[in-house]
Amino acid sequence: MKTLKTIARRSFLVGSAAVVGGVVFGTYVYKRDVENPLEAGLAEGEVTFNPFVKIDADAVTLITPRADVGQGAYSVQAHLIAEELDVDLTQVRIEPGPPSAAYYNGVVAAEGMPIAATSDTFLARTGRGAADVVGKVMGLQLTGGSSTVPDMYDRLRMAGAVARETLVAAASMHTGIAAHQLRTGAGAVILPDDTRLAYTDLAEIAAGTDVVDNVVLRDPASWRHLGQPHMRTDILAKSTGTQVYGIDMKLEGMVYATTRTNPALGGGILGFDATATDAMRGVKAVLQITGGIAVVADNTWRAFQAVQAVECDWGPSPYPGSSAQQFAAVAASFSQDHQDSQFKDEGDVEAAVEAASNVKQAEYRIPYLAHAPLEPMSVVVKLTKNRLDIWTGTQIPRFVQDGAAGLTGLEKEQVHVHALMSGGSFGRRLEDDYVRQAVEIAMQMPDVAIKMVWSREEDMTHDFPRPLAIARARGVVSADGVQAFDLAIASPSVTESSLGRLGQPAIGPDVAIVAGAWDQPFAIPNYRVTGYRVPAMVPVSSWRSVGASGNGFLHESFMDELCFEAGIDPLAERLRLCTHDLSRAVLEEVARMSDWGSDLGPGRGRGLAFTLAFGVPTAQVVEVSDTRDGIRIDKVFVAAEVGRLLDPVNFEAQLSGGVIWGLGHAMNCELTYKDGRAEQDNFHAFEAMRLYQTPQIMVRGLENGDQIRGIGEPGVPPAAPALGNAIFAATGMRIRELPFSKSVDFV
Amino acid sequence: MKFTVNGKDHEVEVEDDMPLLWVLRDELGITGPKYGCGIAQCGACTVHVDGVSVRSCQLAASDVDGEITTIEGLGGPGALHAVQAAWVDHQVAQCGYCQSGQIMQAASFLDLNPDPTDAQIDAAMSGNLCRCGTYPRIREAVKTAANRLKAS
Repeated sequence: MKTLKTIARRSFLVGSAAVVGGVVFGTYVYKRDVENPLEAGLAEGEVTFNPFVKIDADAVTLITPRADVGQGAYSVQAHLIAEELDVDLTQVRIEPGPPSAAYYNGVVAAEGMPIAATSDTFLARTGRGAADVVGKVMGLQLTGGSSTVPDMYDRLRMAGAVARETLVAAASMHTGIAAHQLRTGAGAVILPDDTRLAYTDLAEIAAGTDVVDNVVLRDPASWRHLGQPHMRTDILAKSTGTQVYGIDMKLEGMVYATTRTNPALGGGILGFDATATDAMRGVKAVLQITGGIAVVADNTWRAFQAVQAVECDWGPSPYPGSSAQQFAAVAASFSQDHQDSQFKDEGDVEAAVEAASNVKQAEYRIPYLAHAPLEPMSVVVKLTKNRLDIWTGTQIPRFVQDGAAGLTGLEKEQVHVHALMSGGSFGRRLEDDYVRQAVEIAMQMPDVAIKMVWSREEDMTHDFPRPLAIARARGVVSADGVQAFDLAIASPSVTESSLGRLGQPAIGPDVAIVAGAWDQPFAIPNYRVTGYRVPAMVPVSSWRSVGASGNGFLHESFMDELCFEAGIDPLAERLRLCTHDLSRAVLEEVARMSDWGSDLGPGRGRGLAFTLAFGVPTAQVVEVSDTRDGIRIDKVFVAAEVGRLLDPVNFEAQLSGGVIWGLGHAMNCELTYKDGRAEQDNFHAFEAMRLYQTPQIMVRGLENGDQIRGIGEPGVPPAAPALGNAIFAATGMRIRELPFSKSVDFV
Repeated sequence: MKFTVNGKDHEVEVEDDMPLLWVLRDELGITGPKYGCGIAQCGACTVHVDGVSVRSCQLAASDVDGEITTIEGLGGPGALHAVQAAWVDHQVAQCGYCQSGQIMQAASFLDLNPDPTDAQIDAAMSGNLCRCGTYPRIREAVKTAANRLKAS
């Protein structure tokens, strides 16, 4: 019963509190955990947090604080609560709640620590416990790192269970019938004679009832919703055009704004001439904001037109302006003074290389990449004397609140962040730059609701992209297999860049530089992964699967090269080297699914790749055909280990979506720079995958592990190397630079 | 300028070259059609003019020559069009932002070609971008919708 163990470790109790006309559940006590020395500095006693379940006479409201950026977070959070609370999800309200420390993320900080997912040492356990404390103390309300399910799995079910049992106690008190004779179902306590007392009718009584916190979570064998296919709670709205995104928010008297800032990010504006906008219809104001200008008009299109009519005098690029200069800076960073980490150093790589008669060497390059969610950055703001309201899609509501309070001088409590559904994110909405711009506009135009929308061009050229990287690899093989594997990766630091913008320090090495490479479950006799930190250039940020997004390609492409060099089957070699049972099962499963080893016939090839990222071992096999018109991706087989599938339908959607994301960007996407400006500014030049190119994707989820994991990101890292390895198998061409379209055509 | 949108007449005074998308979204408050690229590369803005799919971000207001249907006019939560019902049953949407356009594209396509081949579906739907990667389900949903429309 790992669930009970986990709860005991966290000393996790859930309470309740009365509110006007009802009751809230989910407040809880966080006791000091004596097994975790890092918690010793915390104050003794109880800390009360905010609720997950709110019931009043009108409705049952479930609070789903993790942002929904398309991954189905609202839906799965609601299902976790509902499984214990016994409510029908079509009969409840689902709200993201306000920014609050209560909604801290207790697992995501562990991603920044050099702890391999396979490690179960005392230090590893302590470190993960510390991540929980870091998240709590910082009130780190953040959606990302595939953390929603692992972080919320126990907390939300507990909140649901405590609410249910307290409602039962309230019903017992009210009716005089013993609690054990009462049942619950579809939002009501059910008496022995089948009379139903709706939760909403019991709310006021429950507010005066002692909270029942000695609950036991239901055995998964008795689950009625979790583990079964779900209907996503947002699917009807998203199939009828009625879902309201940040860009769709409407307020009385609203005006429409857009911005244009220096395309060399952070380069600033020296001056501007807006004369040409004087005669333009609907233009209400041209304002200077940090780094550029904003136009406020009576229609978004008019604002788009006017902002382009302004003559702007941009400052110079604060970083090397061309792609050639940028890659040169990366290449120059493979030096002792830039070394950032060497978390993996087994055996003696130098001696093995020295002793070898034949050393395999390779250099790989990966480009900057844009997030480019289909909904461009957009936000609605309204600033009055003592209050600022912000409506937007964000993964970091508390940072948004802090940032806006800092800009306006308002107290945090006066800044109201209303989280809306996001039209995609892929990490983009872990930044608050767009909200800050809107707040700056509002400060110059108070008392009116302002909708700020970026043009696609502004969005794509003002992204904080996934960083570029170069890897230098050396390897030694024998007839027995891989003997030495030495991977050096040089990349700018996402952690330093992102945290810097949020005003937070980034201490120590950046795990992201080597994530998905240093922590792989292989016992190679001489095995080293070194990270080199490239000085900051283009500001960079987390992009779906973060460091592993590129490192999977670097590690697994070279692994394939070494297997070929040794004349050994790449599946057999990975299985031989694998030290982790859950990972081995994933490799065996993908081999079975893909009929690995069978003959595909001429002009076809099959590539394997494996990455353990976000605690999820994921193996992929890609099949391609080398046609007269180029490479066609025929099939992809994916197996991933997540401990438990909460919703097989969304699991399949997220994993296959991750594969398409990984393949599409590897096929044809890069951001290149000239004079500090991204040269790709719309989807004609940054296309990724389209429907006609989409392969058949076969997905399998394994549930062998005792840790539940998230699946939004793990599908990404192995996709590019599996494709590259398949292209090599089909054509003999080894492509070491992304995107592949620089070297081959795709059908 | 006069527009008929989802069976309702509107009169707005806008520039000839304002794209229909922005007439719908900002002048009429109809937000089902989405802005994604502004250059007819993503298809999120797809609406019907006299039943035929068009990219409303590239159609000037003065060039609109027919009755406009947006996703809201195709069918609502209580009365789904067959394509929308297939989208619900297959749970196509992830972020959902492109899906108004995908559905409008599919509905128009199936109206013109009720019995499409897989290759025709691929060709018809490849102008609509989906960043989340819902393409496999879009394929299946189009097939389901085609079968249901034929049977009805």
